[in-house]
Amino acid sequence: MGDRDRRTVFVTVGTTCFDALVKAVDSPQVKEALLQKGYTDLVIQMGRGTYIPSKVSGDGTLQVDYFTFSPSIADYIRDASLVISHAGSGSIFETLRHSKPLIVVVNEDLMDNHQSELADELAEMKHLFCARPLTLAETIWEMDVETLTPYVPGDAKPVVSLINKFLGFPDD
Amino acid sequence: MGLDVSMAVCYALPVLVSLLVVRFAYVKYCSGHPHLKLPASAAGMRCLIVLGSGGHTAEMVNVVSTLQKDRYTPRYYVAALTDNMSLQKARVYELSLVQREVDKEKAIENAQFVQIYRSREVGQSYFTSIATTLLATLHTMWIIIRIRPQVILCNGPGTCIPLCVSSFVLKVLGLGWSSIFYIESIARVKKLSLSGLMLYKLRIADQFFVQWPQLQKKYPRACYAGRLM
Repeated sequence: MGDRDRRTVFVTVGTTCFDALVKAVDSPQVKEALLQKGYTDLVIQMGRGTYIPSKVSGDGTLQVDYFTFSPSIADYIRDASLVISHAGSGSIFETLRHSKPLIVVVNEDLMDNHQSELADELAEMKHLFCARPLTLAETIWEMDVETLTPYVPGDAKPVVSLINKFLGFPDD
Repeated sequence: MGLDVSMAVCYALPVLVSLLVVRFAYVKYCSGHPHLKLPASAAGMRCLIVLGSGGHTAEMVNVVSTLQKDRYTPRYYVAALTDNMSLQKARVYELSLVQREVDKEKAIENAQFVQIYRSREVGQSYFTSIATTLLATLHTMWIIIRIRPQVILCNGPGTCIPLCVSSFVLKVLGLGWSSIFYIESIARVKKLSLSGLMLYKLRIADQFFVQWPQLQKKYPRACYAGRLM
């Protein structure tokens, strides 16, 4: 099987510790769902987490690999066919910018969980799928990446032009 | 003699307090009103840019990259002492600007990077927080007095509160004038962050932006001008 036929799932927790997500993607249910959906590889960026997923290689199963941090997360996102991410805005917008299908998994252990606000809103706008660690397998089974709509990146120009106007600079 | 001094204090104190109150009201009135004439310094305005981990820095870099650099210069980037990623990102961005400049040394001087003590680290006890908050406040005051920013741009990390309050105090004391622009982080869809709420309620920000229209409906004094990301 050539590299072109590989369909990689990239899991990223950013700089956080999100063992619940790593555990979830390491579960047989999630792996089975990914395999059934035609994905061949699973790469996990586990951040500061302590749960070590099982590395798997061989034919007929999902190939699993993991690492803690990398300066080139963008490259992994670019090479992925599906991204499963924590709810940090950095990872979310990086993935949307690369127009990759995205499942955001909200960390329910965080105290002030305002991050689910962003994920829920973008899910409602059909830019991504939103899940919890326990519902991830179900979300993968049920998702249809064709239903996602591309995200049009924002633009700082209107804000900057209002700041200019406020300070008395001519608008250009 | 002693009587004279206490008499003088008796007269001076109310005068001083009422002067401060009048000045406070004046500053309050002026904040939030656009500048009518062009800024005095044609060379550019000293600009303080507050960075922070958790997505704040990426949004600020998007704003800064859209700014007309000749107007907003020199730029002082501020981040918490424990946050080593944010200033690095700003450095990378400023270096990319330097590459394009002919006068490289001047371009380097245009960007300064400042680290700031945090009032309270995650998980720190409340008792030691008193000392660290005091230290952080003094440090912040010193930074504001040293830089005397004319423009402050921030989007919600906790460090922006002492910076904005310090610069407001400086305005009341007549030691400098800064326009504060607050852009609530895109992660806030339904509710303002604690920093945002404080600056909104205290009316310290001259212009207050939110990145979602539904948030603007809840906070009518805020302005919605699209998303940064």
